Formats: sequence, structure tokens, C-alpha cells
Amino acid sequence: MTTHIKMDDRIDRDRLEEMVQGVIGRPLDRPEGELKVSGRAPYAMDDLPDGCLHGVLVRSTIAKGKLEHIDAAAVETLPGIRAVLRDDRFTRNPAQGMAGEAPAQGTDEIVYFGQPVALVVADSFEQARHGAQMLALKMEGADEAAVNPSDRNAQIEAPKKKQSSTGDLDKAMRQAAFTVDETYTTPGHVSAAMEPHASVARWDGDSLTLHGSYQMLRFNRAELADSLGIKEEKVRILAPYVGGGFGSKLGISPEGVAAAIAAKELGVPVAVAMTRQNVFEMVLRRSETSQHIRLAADEYGKLTGIGHEALVSNISGEEFSEPVTQATPFLYRGENRVIGHRIARIHRTPAGSVRAPGEAVGLTALEIALDELAVKSGIDPVELRLRNIPDEDPSKGIPFSSHTLSEALKTGARHFGWEPRNREPGKVRDGEWLIGSGMASAARVNMLIESKARVTLTNDGRASVETDMTDIGTGTYAVLGQIAAEMLGLPMARVNTILGDTDLPPASGSGGSFGAASNGTAVFLACEDIRRQLCERLGCAPDELTLKDGYATVANRRTSIQDVLGGSDLAADGHAEPGKAEKKVRQATYGSYFAEVAVNSVTGETRVRKMLGVFAAGRILNAKTARSQCLGGMTFGIGMALTEELVHDHRDGHIVNRDFAEYHLPVNADVPQIDVVLLEERDAWANPLHAKGIGELGICGAAASIVNAIYNATGVRVRDLPATLDKLLEGLPS
Amino acid sequence: MTPFDYTRASSPAEASRLGREGATFIAGGTNLLDLMKLEIMTPDRLVDISRLELDGIDRTGDGGLRIGAMVRNSDLAADAIVRKHYPMLAKALLAGASGQLRNKATTGGNLLQRTRCYYFYDTAMPCNKREPGSGCQAIGGVTRLHAIFGASEHCIATHPSDMAVALRALDARVEIEGADGAVRNVGLDEFYRLPGDTPHIESILAPGDLITSVILPPPEEGRQTYRKVRDRASYAFALVSVAGRIRMEGGRIARAGFAFGGVAPRPWRDRDFEATLEGNEPSPALFERAADALVANASTHGDNAFKVPLLKRTAQAVLTELTES
Amino acid sequence: MQTRLHINGDDHQLDADARTTLLDALRNHLGLTGSKKGCDHGQCGACTVLVNGRRINSCLTLACMHDGDEIVTIEGLGAPGRLSALQQAFVHHDGFQCGYCTPGQICSATAMLEEIEAGWPSHVTSDVSGKAELTVDEISERMSGNLCRCSAYPNIVDAIMEVGKGRRG
Repeated sequence: MTTHIKMDDRIDRDRLEEMVQGVIGRPLDRPEGELKVSGRAPYAMDDLPDGCLHGVLVRSTIAKGKLEHIDAAAVETLPGIRAVLRDDRFTRNPAQGMAGEAPAQGTDEIVYFGQPVALVVADSFEQARHGAQMLALKMEGADEAAVNPSDRNAQIEAPKKKQSSTGDLDKAMRQAAFTVDETYTTPGHVSAAMEPHASVARWDGDSLTLHGSYQMLRFNRAELADSLGIKEEKVRILAPYVGGGFGSKLGISPEGVAAAIAAKELGVPVAVAMTRQNVFEMVLRRSETSQHIRLAADEYGKLTGIGHEALVSNISGEEFSEPVTQATPFLYRGENRVIGHRIARIHRTPAGSVRAPGEAVGLTALEIALDELAVKSGIDPVELRLRNIPDEDPSKGIPFSSHTLSEALKTGARHFGWEPRNREPGKVRDGEWLIGSGMASAARVNMLIESKARVTLTNDGRASVETDMTDIGTGTYAVLGQIAAEMLGLPMARVNTILGDTDLPPASGSGGSFGAASNGTAVFLACEDIRRQLCERLGCAPDELTLKDGYATVANRRTSIQDVLGGSDLAADGHAEPGKAEKKVRQATYGSYFAEVAVNSVTGETRVRKMLGVFAAGRILNAKTARSQCLGGMTFGIGMALTEELVHDHRDGHIVNRDFAEYHLPVNADVPQIDVVLLEERDAWANPLHAKGIGELGICGAAASIVNAIYNATGVRVRDLPATLDKLLEGLPS
Repeated sequence: MTPFDYTRASSPAEASRLGREGATFIAGGTNLLDLMKLEIMTPDRLVDISRLELDGIDRTGDGGLRIGAMVRNSDLAADAIVRKHYPMLAKALLAGASGQLRNKATTGGNLLQRTRCYYFYDTAMPCNKREPGSGCQAIGGVTRLHAIFGASEHCIATHPSDMAVALRALDARVEIEGADGAVRNVGLDEFYRLPGDTPHIESILAPGDLITSVILPPPEEGRQTYRKVRDRASYAFALVSVAGRIRMEGGRIARAGFAFGGVAPRPWRDRDFEATLEGNEPSPALFERAADALVANASTHGDNAFKVPLLKRTAQAVLTELTES
Repeated sequence: MQTRLHINGDDHQLDADARTTLLDALRNHLGLTGSKKGCDHGQCGACTVLVNGRRINSCLTLACMHDGDEIVTIEGLGAPGRLSALQQAFVHHDGFQCGYCTPGQICSATAMLEEIEAGWPSHVTSDVSGKAELTVDEISERMSGNLCRCSAYPNIVDAIMEVGKGRRG
């Protein structure tokens, strides 16, 4: 029996609050923690079947043209080589999130440097790697390939539905007391999940099982089946443990399809793990952005106009384009608005989702611009933002489901010790170091995605939660277990959560910060159904039933769950769907960042000394894992502000820094002991849990707080991220 | 990685002999295996020298220090004599790589690290160092890491070592056992070759030459330090680094020994810089003059232009640190 | 190529291609998949194991070079139900999220605490000839060879600090 809900309206009743087990929200350890810290959690490549062969992908080394020939024969004679494959079904562009169908395929046409064009399979990894390196490709390069957004032959698209304008921004700018009119640029970024994309494929007749590293299994299953030209029912994907995703594993990627094709062709299991260099070149990157921002404000700092016009890039034919302006329509007041969005069609590794597509870079630029307005108007940056919080979504004229920006700003300022602060830049010194502080707002849209889950209360008094949902480090195992434990009145140790298998009910998958709330709602609904079935057995009304520690209590009669079940199991499915609620109200999560930096007055090196994030995301399901998500987001922000940049060669677009030596992820020493404050909030419009997503909020605008702190420390305004030392040197105060 | 034969050498002489027959030495392997995996280096024969008993750190007769070629970077950095008398060397080692890598990387191997040039590291790119005569794609490309001194029209790569920069400032010498058994000893200044039109030849080592130790002269009085500037707080190669030591006498700089990293195909030393300093009283004006002399012959390639002011500023700051009371 | 490896207290006879790294030997030949491959070039630290008591990147060394060596992997440090103090502290402090870099972090931290106890200085030790203290800065610097993209860094530091302080009494 399935309990279904469609979120058409707010649901005020807070069922979790009525429960008494007392586990929801608590900072419990992850139930899978012991497996992870002891090396026993099986990731994609950790459980290779007997006789499994190894495949290594081969890349194109031109940006645009035709692949005419691969010299397979020369490689096939090398020791251990089992096959050199080139197949029209090979993935050309990795699938975008929630595509649910095959992405662009084929190897004849080359559209970016690094594109996968062949797979070399051998008995051992060492043999396959060598074979892949030896494979000679005959490629015919096209004469002119646009590889930079600024190239004259780069085709620029401006889709009508992505442009909007209200009022008269030009006029607002002319009449404003204070204005900002600047262009901000951010480079490409990579997700850089620590586990490289990897898949192990094995066939049983015409049925495929793929142990992979993916975020959204129900979509990935459809994408893989469609890529192979087989029925979805013939594909099973397993991903019980995923070594990070951050968007890069939303859609099926080249190694999965290639492993499946090779395993079918050779009749034995094949494992394909991307090399780290493959991951840089063949996995969706975050587009670089150029953002023209205009702000118009009256003498009190109240915004009268906002313009946010972005240029991003992608491969021709890809629908995704970094939604840079996503938060701009609703975050601040301002009756005159221009939102613009252009896409340059260039031959670089395709662009797609990297943690918080849109706000991660878009809000960062907007929040730097706000800081510039604060400086120009002489208004404190916190105060400036407080003055500009709108009463309703100013673009749609609909109410907010809940709004916590004001509280986040005030709490953050207090907690951080924002005042007193020397507003004059370059005045605070600690030896050789210039000290400054900065802040920014955080915001991220909130979504519910269709999701199913099954919960079974077994006759031994335990419960299992089953869904094809993934835990990519987000804490899914913990929070789903906590929801079930709370609802069914069981200690956590008696709930077993089974994830990452497409044989289980299809979930939302992990992405867009919607996983915990969407899939959690499905689990919640299944538990409600089980509670209803228990009431039937006990002959009581739903409100009369109390479940705690494995006992059901009705009117002072306490019975163990085992006795209630009497040897049988109770199972139920939950099914959550988005509905009209998302049109009726604006749902988002909010927060604030405060950072203190030290900039070396000699070298321009920046160190983040102190960083605070204050966030509200509805009910927090597990305070420990939620906090960790925020730490991770803010660290992405540190990387965005200071170190991370995909560097492309301007001649052929190839990624120059395609490893961890030169693509600088923040290391431990770059990250201070970040402080996180989670605000109490319930959002009745979001779902019956009143919870919202928190996986991405911590990155949205985080980098701006650091860049703004650098300004306060040095007087240098960096508008081209990251703020590497070369951009500061000249302007440092002597 | 191309297939290779693996042998473990039982003595330096055996290693040298195998080396002359065309085998490549492997010690820590942290750079060689990195390059072999990418088939940037493709030896068909490896001689494992990691167990040769060249791992001692011993005082020499004149009060200097002999560092065995197999001494691990972490052991060298933790050595009490090095920490006390050659602190710039300990600091340089500790500024390099990571704890794990320092546990494997050897003194000899560190000297022979290959460049981190992006184009050297991508076999799809022409590179005169990797494939003589194929061209240099770094020129006209991305040059953030590249040299401002000592480069040529054939190669603008930098030497990535931190340790070697300190060794050069310390006037270290390299002891080499040749394939004929003869032992010679060369200063670090002549050990490295500039690229010219043969950037694939990086040192004076001939096939079979085995570095057996590095010899430091007796410690000098005075102050010394190593300062590294990089793109993140740790675990990154130097954009610019300065190894410096200064001995003062009667308020004047009696002796200055400086080497610079991240700026040239080898640890860079500039006698004009040192000469400008020696015999003079320290002052900001003097330091500026010396720094100007240092960068007088710098030539930049777009992205790396920032290294000129960065080097000047860092050198001046190190001078200040070493001379302030 | 025949190699004798002593891993987590057990003898193993490895027969593998000379090109096999210690990491690939552990993972693909000996069934010890706790050590992870994140970059295969010594740039992430996920493959960190202890060889003769020292932490190294197992991806940047050949298995055949370790004939007779004493190797400890994450599996040898503890198992569910009998975790090491550091493993336990990582669970409690949420010193990981996805868990992929975690075995390397814990192996690295295990050896790193020994290095501090042995008096090894680090890049952030103000006087390299003096003694290093157990501080946040020291732990962060010494753990910088282990990338964590989820960024559990602050929690990793807390976990290590707790265990390190406990040891120092």
C-alpha cells in the first residue's frame, strides 16, 4: 500500500514534533561510519567480480573535427589486451542531471579536447593503461574552433525565456543616489569528488548489473538503458557508497556506458575507472561566467534597481547553462530589474552542474557588488542587506514560504563579533599581515522532487528503509534512519537503511539539495502508513498511539512491537511529489557568512583566519551531518575565492591544469576551524517534515565574504576570481 | 606505463654499471613513477637503488655535513644538525610536498625532479624537454609556473624543487660515482644545465652516474631562512621562493648567500645580487637596489609577469628579516 | 614478479606485473580495498598506508620495491566493533562525509601523531630546531597531504586533536 502526497498546499501539522523517540534532529553519528573509517564500505571499484577485466578510456587530442581511424591493430597485439573498442553508443557528453535519456553519443565527431573516443580493455589495469596510451588516433581537425567565450567565431545565444525585465533600470541608475556598475568573472570549476568516476559492468544474459558511482540512480538507469538501446528493466545499478558527487555524478558518464558495452562484447565483467585526468577532461565542468551587475540605490541604501546579466558557455546542443541569476529575482528589493543570460557555444569540456549551479557563482558576484554598494554608500554591509529584504518575491509577487535572512544576518553579526569593525581598508595589521573582515548573504532555491521509499517493520521489532536513494556523503543513511526511528518509535540501532540499488523504490536521487527532504518525505509517508496499520491492529485512533523504544502504548497499555506484529511484517511505501505549492510561494533557504582574512602585505597571499556560517533550512534532520554539509559548502567557497580555477589553453581549449597538483583544491591548512550556526526553522510549505535542503546553501555566496574581507584588509577590490596573489600585489598598501 | 625489467642493485658499483647499460635508477619513485604512469618517461629497465646504504647523515672532517643520496626528505628535515645549523634546508624540505611524499622522496631524487610545466605533463602537447625538436607549447600558452630567468626559446620550464634551492644557497656539492667507479664532486652551480637548445638535458649526469651524497660546507655563522610563496597554504609548488643566509660583521653584511626557486630552470643564484649587498650596511634602499639588480635581466611571458614584483618583494622581505635586530 | 609482503600481520605472496603499484597490489591482487585511489599521482593522499611505520602514498611506489616490508593498511588499524582511537574519533567528530578519503586520512593521522611525538618539525613550526606542539595549525599543515573535497577538515582536526591530547595525557 502506498501513501502518496502531492505538495499543493502548506501542511501545518508537525507530525515529527508529536513523536517521542527523540532522535530526529539530534547530532547522531552516521550509522555507516564504522564501515567508512575501517575501509569496509564498498565503493564502485572495491568489489570486483572474479575474472573482471580492466578498461581505460582514450581521449581526443583536438577540440573539433573528425575521428577518422584508431589504430586498434597495433594495440591488440600488446600483452594482455582483450579489446580496443570504439562504439557509436559511447558517451560523447556526460548526461546532465535528471536527463533520463541518453546524452549525446558517438566518436566520429569530436567536439572537445579530452572527449572519450575509445576504450582499451585488458586482463590487468597496467596492461590496459599502457594500451590506452599507445593507441594512435587519426583525427582530422576542423580549421576554426571557437574555444573561448570571447572568440569572434563563438556563437552567442540569448534564449528569450531566460531574459526578463521590469521597470526601467537605466532610469533607476540615472536617478540613484548610489550605483554600482561592474563586471565580475569567475573561472570554470570542477566537482573533484575524491572518488573518480568508476563502473563495473557484468551481464547475465541480456540483463546488466552496473556497480557505479552515481548520484541519481533512477535517472542513471534510464540514461544507461537508452544509451545501450535496451529496456530499462534490463538494467540494475548499484551505488551503495559514493565517494562524493557535487553534481559530477548526476548523469550517466562515459565510463559507465563503455564498461557495459565492453562487458557485453567480451562476455566477462569489465571495470572502467577514470583516471583523475579523465575526470577533469570528460566530466561536466562548471562554466566560467562573466556577470555584468548593476545596482541602483537611494540615499538610504534601498535598492531601486538590479541588473544581472551573465555570459556562460557550453557545447552546442547542450540545454544546460549555468543558471547564474537564479537567486537575483527574489533576494533583494528593487522594482526595476534586468535579468540577462547568454550562452557562448564553444569547444570545451561540456558544462553542467557543480555544487549549487547558479547561486554558487551568481550570488557570489551579486554579494561582492553589494559590498561595493556598502562602501559607496557608507552603510554597514549587514545593515545594507537588512534594508533590502523584500516582503514578498519581488519578481513574482508571491509570498515567501518562510524567510530567515534577517535573523541569519543579525545572528551572524552578533556571533562573529562583526562590530566594531574598521571600515577603512588597509588599516588593521598583524605584523606582515593585513587583517580584514567581510560578510555576505546566502540563499538557495528549495525544491521537492518526486521520490519513493519502502519501510518494513519486521516481526523482530526492527525496521528497514529501502530506496534507490544515494548517500554521497550527505548523511542519507543517518537522516532516513532517524526519520523512520522517530516515526516508528525505535532506537536507531534497530533501523537498517538500504540504499543505492535500482531494484528498490525509485527516489529523487542526490542533487540540488533536495534529496533528504524529498526522499525523507517518502520515508515519512511510509511510516505514517505503518502507524495506521498498527492502529488497526491495536484498535485505536491514530492520535492514541505512542511508539517509543520498540513499544506501542495505547491508553496506558504498553505492548512490544514484536507482540503487536505477532510474527508478521508490516510494509508500506511512501510517495512524495511536488505540487502547486511551488507556484504559490517562493521557497528558499537563507543564511549569512562572516569571514576574517589575513593578506600578506609582501606576497599577497591570503589566509582565511576565521569563518562563520549561519543557516536556516527548515527542520534540521541531523545537526551533525547538516553542519558537515555546511562546512563543505563553505570550503568550496574558500576554494572559489582563493585557489580554484580551471585553466584552458586559449588555442585549443584543453584543460591545462588537469590534476590535483595544479587545480588547487583547498587543503587542510587553507581551512580554519569554521563555525556553523543552524537556526531553528520550520517550513510548512516544503513538505510534512518542514525540512529543506542544506547541501548547497553553504557555498552560495561564501566566496564573496572572503573577497569582501580582502577588500577590507587591503583596499583591493577583486572582481575576477579567484583572488590569487598576482591580482593583489600591485594594490597592496605599502 | 611501459613494461620494464626490474632489478635491485646491491651496491653503488652495480647500480652504476646497470645505469651505463641504459637502466634508469629508481629510489623514492615519487616523481619517476608519476611520470612513468603518464608515459612521459618510459624506461625499459629500472634499477632499484632505494636500499643502497647511502642513507647516512654524517659530519665531514672539516665540520661540514655529508648527506647520503638515499636519505629521505623527512629524515633530513628532522635531523638535529640540519635543524640547528642549516635551518634553511630543514625549512625548504618542510615547505615541499606532503608528509607522505617526504617520507619517500630522497635527497638525490629531489635534485633530479622534473619540471611541473603543464605542457611537459601532457603527452598530447609538443615539448622540447620531453621530445626534443617537437617545439614548446608553453611559449604562447599558459605560463603561470614558468621561468623568468635562464630560459630559452626552446624551453621556459622551471625546476620545482625547494630543497635544491636551499642547497644552492648553502654552496652544497654533489658527489657522483661514475660508471667507471671514479668519484667526483661538483658544486650545485655546475650540476644543473640551462636549457639552451637541449632542454631535455637537465644536469651534467652521464649514463651510469650515480649521486651518492650531497656535501654541505661547515655551517657559517649568521642567520638563514627559506621563504616559499605559493597558491595555497600547503602542498603546492613554489611560485617564488627565496633561500637566504647572511653573516653580519660590524654592522655590515659580510657575506650573503641566496638562491631563488620557481623562477628558473634551476635553483637560481645571482652573484650581482649578493655583491650588491656585501660590504654594505643593511637598509631598505640597499635591499631595493639589490632586488632591482636581481630582476634586471628577467624576461617574462605574460602570465608569469607577476613573478618579477613578487620576487623583488619577497627577496626584500627576507633581507629585512635576516638583518633586523 | 614475486614479492613477499607482510601486511597487517599476515604474510602475502604477490605475483604481479612489475608495473603494479603497492596500491593496485593491495586493491586488485590482495583484496585489501580499504586504501583508495583518488588521483594515482600522489596528489590526494587517499592511498596513504604505513610502510615500516611511516606514512606514504601507496600509489607512487611499486609493490616489488617492498619485498619484506611491514605494511599496515586501514584494515589493519581496526574493524567495526574494534576501531582504533582515531577511527572512533573520526566517527564521533564526523571527520568524513563521503568516506572515500577517510582511510588515507586515518592512516596519515596515525603516523602523523607519531611524527609529532618523535619531535619532527613542520612548515609551521616557528623554530625548526625546537619542539613542535600539538596545535590546530600543526595538525592542519601536517594533514595537508590528504585532500577531502567534502571538507571535513575542521572535524578531522578536532578528531586528531582529541586523540593526540589523550595520548599526551
